[in-house]
Amino acid sequence: MMWLLFGYFSAVSIVAGVMTVAFRNPVHCGMALLTLLLHVAGLFVLLNAEFLFAVQIIVYAGAILVLYLFVLMLLNLKTEEQHLHRKYKLSLIAAGVILGELLILLIQSPYGGVKGTASPQVILETGPSQAIGITMFSDYLLLFEIVGVFLLGAVIGAIVLAKTPSEVGVKTETENS
Amino acid sequence: MIPLEAYVAVSAILFMTGLIGVLVRRNFIVVLMCVEIMLNAANINLVAFSHYLESMAGQMAALFIIAIAAGEAAIGLAIIIVVFRGKIATNVDEINILKW
Repeated sequence: MMWLLFGYFSAVSIVAGVMTVAFRNPVHCGMALLTLLLHVAGLFVLLNAEFLFAVQIIVYAGAILVLYLFVLMLLNLKTEEQHLHRKYKLSLIAAGVILGELLILLIQSPYGGVKGTASPQVILETGPSQAIGITMFSDYLLLFEIVGVFLLGAVIGAIVLAKTPSEVGVKTETENS
Repeated sequence: MIPLEAYVAVSAILFMTGLIGVLVRRNFIVVLMCVEIMLNAANINLVAFSHYLESMAGQMAALFIIAIAAGEAAIGLAIIIVVFRGKIATNVDEINILKW
């Protein structure tokens, strides 16, 4: 059963990834990306990461992808005749070689290491969300604060970049003249 | 029980797909979407190792990567809007003012 679910989620996510790269229309690319995100969330459930499953669906599929679709809607792009580079076959060959090498190396190499303290039994005692919350607000508190500051900076940067079209236009006109 | 190698292989394939997309596509927005594919591949890897090594660190890193990806998407799309407003096309090939 685990193998069936794993095969389904991984196969669909890979196919959706290829479709994201291959589709001509950017909106179709966005829809393929949505499929990929949802199936990666399924892989997270198979790995006992229920909280990340919820975060993946809420943040990625719910917020980030909608942002992409909004920008696509605002820009109102035409579907291009030529959506790939002229020399794309060259990069496909190079990427295929690198992928083969990578897969051989990754599958051959031994994996191991010191096991941590968060075994499935320990997590089941408190529940996955509480386990993540306790870890985040004790060991990773500084990182959490830094990410908060980063997000504030990102919000301010996005507002400054996308502000008042007239001002930006006047500046470029005076620079040109 | 699914071996760790299976997850690592899926993650590698997805990462290379995203990399090919970044190299091959001409539309700026789709290039950013391919970057999201690569971030997702890294997330699968982190969560898989976190599960098999029974540690919380990988899930934490994946959580922070999702937050960073949100910021990256906001900034990237703002840059796209600015570039598009300056009547430069959204093709990556045609944004070449810095190139000499």
